[in-house]
Amino acid sequence: MVYSLPKPIPKPLLAVALLVGAAVLLPLLYLVLRAAQAEPHQLVEIVLRERNLQLLGNTVALLVGVIALTTALALPLAWVTSRTDLWGKRFWTVLLVLPLAVPGYVGVFGFFGATGAGGWLEHLLGFPWPRPTGYLGALGVLTLFTYPYLFLNLRAALLGLDASLEESARSLGYRGLEVFWRVVLPQLRPALFAGWLLIGLHVLGDFGVVSLVRFETFSYAIYLQYSASFDRIYAAWLSLMLILLTGSLLWLEARLLKNLSLSRVGLGSARKSQPVRLGVWRLPSLGLMALPIVGALVVPLTSIVYWLAQYPSSPHSRSFEAVLEALRNSVQAAAPAAFLAAFLALPLAYLGVRYPSRLSRLLERAAYIGYATPPLAFALALIFFSLRGVPFLYQTLALLILAYALHFLAEAIGPIRSALYQAPPRLEEAARSLGYNPLQAFLRATFPLLRRGLLASMALVFLSAVKELPLTFLLAPVGYSTLSTRIWGYTSEAMFAEAAPYALLIVLFSAGLVGLLLSQERQ
Amino acid sequence: MNTQHAERPTTPIQAHTPILRVQGLSKRFHPSLPPVVENVGFTVEQGEVFALLGPSGCGKTTTLRLIAGFEQPDSGQIWLEGREITRLPPEERGIGFVFQDYALFPHLSVFENVAFGLRRLRGKARQARVLEVLGLVGLTVFKDRKPGELSGGQQQRVALARAIAPGPKLVLLDEPFSSLDAALRQSTRDEVRALLKQAGIGAILVTHDQEEALSFADRLAVMRSGQLEQIGTPEEVYHHPRTPFVAQFLGRTNLIPGEARGLEAETPLGRLLLSEEAQGAVLLSLRPEGLGLAMPLGHLGIDGKQLEGTVLAREFKGHDMTYRVQLGNRELIVQESPESPFRPGDKVRVLVRARAVVVGRGR
Repeated sequence: MVYSLPKPIPKPLLAVALLVGAAVLLPLLYLVLRAAQAEPHQLVEIVLRERNLQLLGNTVALLVGVIALTTALALPLAWVTSRTDLWGKRFWTVLLVLPLAVPGYVGVFGFFGATGAGGWLEHLLGFPWPRPTGYLGALGVLTLFTYPYLFLNLRAALLGLDASLEESARSLGYRGLEVFWRVVLPQLRPALFAGWLLIGLHVLGDFGVVSLVRFETFSYAIYLQYSASFDRIYAAWLSLMLILLTGSLLWLEARLLKNLSLSRVGLGSARKSQPVRLGVWRLPSLGLMALPIVGALVVPLTSIVYWLAQYPSSPHSRSFEAVLEALRNSVQAAAPAAFLAAFLALPLAYLGVRYPSRLSRLLERAAYIGYATPPLAFALALIFFSLRGVPFLYQTLALLILAYALHFLAEAIGPIRSALYQAPPRLEEAARSLGYNPLQAFLRATFPLLRRGLLASMALVFLSAVKELPLTFLLAPVGYSTLSTRIWGYTSEAMFAEAAPYALLIVLFSAGLVGLLLSQERQ
Repeated sequence: MNTQHAERPTTPIQAHTPILRVQGLSKRFHPSLPPVVENVGFTVEQGEVFALLGPSGCGKTTTLRLIAGFEQPDSGQIWLEGREITRLPPEERGIGFVFQDYALFPHLSVFENVAFGLRRLRGKARQARVLEVLGLVGLTVFKDRKPGELSGGQQQRVALARAIAPGPKLVLLDEPFSSLDAALRQSTRDEVRALLKQAGIGAILVTHDQEEALSFADRLAVMRSGQLEQIGTPEEVYHHPRTPFVAQFLGRTNLIPGEARGLEAETPLGRLLLSEEAQGAVLLSLRPEGLGLAMPLGHLGIDGKQLEGTVLAREFKGHDMTYRVQLGNRELIVQESPESPFRPGDKVRVLVRARAVVVGRGR
């Protein structure tokens, strides 16, 4: 008798997924090749440096701290804005997602512009407020500007939950909080893991914030190696160590997600739950919401306005045109990247959800490794490859778009995967029994249900690409300035007033996109 | 245990080919696990309603999914109207499927759901067919609603309408009534059966509810651990179970060991008449309605052979009364008329009114 293995993966799907996985993994090859160029005596000296251990301690402390703080913030916020009788839930949700539109370096710009001598807090209070630096500075800023990733994931999951599950738990004698712990929270696991992973990778890859607040993590060290001494071999080794750390994170998530299949098993369509009355918790809830809104919106916006008012009224009118040009450049690179990323993420997510196996998990993880590879290393690797393999792509917009798409593929997978978990495989089987081939069945039965997830993916990648700095620095064609490179350029020279219009544009622009994302969620 | 796969010979000769023939179907999900479906074979005639009955996990749904083409068998063949379809993808089989959870497309209206399978029809013809099928299930007025706005029973009917709209010769029903409430279940079942019969569509119903299988199907197969234990009409399978499992699964029964000699057997209940000849050690099945209770004869007893027992419990069911009776070291289930007067603790005489059915032979 011939035994058939469970569900063989369709070959075309596998081919596409393998191709995407391979493209993402190319930079790794470069890093390994670079690292392998070290002489044996040099190698011992590089790997056993005490500084590495210190960097590891700093990086892990920051990672754990940010994940803990963002969870403590995002979980109650997601619940309050999705399940309670709070007035203006949509309004609050928009405000709470908006920090996503503020890049970390703009956040630091905001805090630096507010604090210290010359900051607007001194103007307001009469004495200079201390500048957020070191570990606590990095922890605070990263928490304030990354929690929306988790908030969005959790909120979408809470809205997608079938109310009858909670009702059945209540009927089994569980009270409100018990129901949350025993029924709701377990179902939020995929969303929690996806959010934690995004935030974890963001923290591991961030250098804008840590460099400005002077907290030495792996990424910052790599940045210093590239920008200052340009020791490519040590930078490659540091990158490999960072990738190892990321690998541990991915391994942990894979373990947690194992055997987690959350297709709804109930009948018909899921029902919405009745909102919970907040009662005396209304004020504490509002207080909790005020915290990130003040920290991540009011402070940077005030800084922008404050410094904008001091914008040098330039005699040459070129400044407005320069701003417009930077805006156009940002969109030209980020929009195609968003489409490409969602398009590439779809087969990976589909494979991971519908054909769970060692291989499909590996491929999905490959996307995360691409995301976790420090942007600077990723950019250098792509330069290397384009010079060797596809020289006609070097110094083109296409390479920058490809870099964005491959680097942010992981962000695109999350929402699509969550949507796939909510689209039962039975729908495609029903379509098959009604005469549609596998591809048609997917397009007609499953794809319409993924629209929300796909839009979320595109919006996330678009925002990230507009905000992205190091990739843009290294891969943009000569003279191709975007909003982010302009802000960075001025901020690094402490020209806060000159940076202000660009910061305002990025924030306003991204805010509109976040609004679009939320209006799609409402459907 | 002796399991008999053989289909009982049916007397009428079918002039046409059966709508479905399944032969030697086996499926294993993992090499280290026992087969989920093992050597399953049966036929379904044109327009016949067939039921696969068994406890959960017996492989009946997998059998259905193999026929639909959602799973591939390790061995065996499937013929639809004489054409082998074993390796065909589901979309080329032309078999309707109604899922347990209905799997209605949540983004499409009722009309669009039903129209989904009408790929070859366009415009007016397509609309006419959808309305015709919606009319059959009585949902024309709901055609513009989304599935989420319908009740469970209505969703169930949309699922059926969607499955039969393309005009399949065979529809597979995977526990389609299990989520409806009892009152609705009975009426929906009747409607679906009438609809299938009217349209002349053959159907296979998968269910774990013996009453549903008995009342819905023209013929049924009892499945256990991946194998078919018995195939026959509801009457045959109920009155002449071939195995103890079938006897117990299709309603309550009393299993009694005995020593058979021809059409009689010596048992703890005395000498019983058998429904068919047997020799040697046998296991017999006596349905509760084949037993009765009477006042004990007491000192008037003619001999010591009377079966005197004690009533343990009574269960009033409206149309009848069911007793549990202790007889020696054995407990029997006895069905009596609703006005039967006995109470727990009463001494009673057990009467055997029916022939016992041999459900097991040998030790």
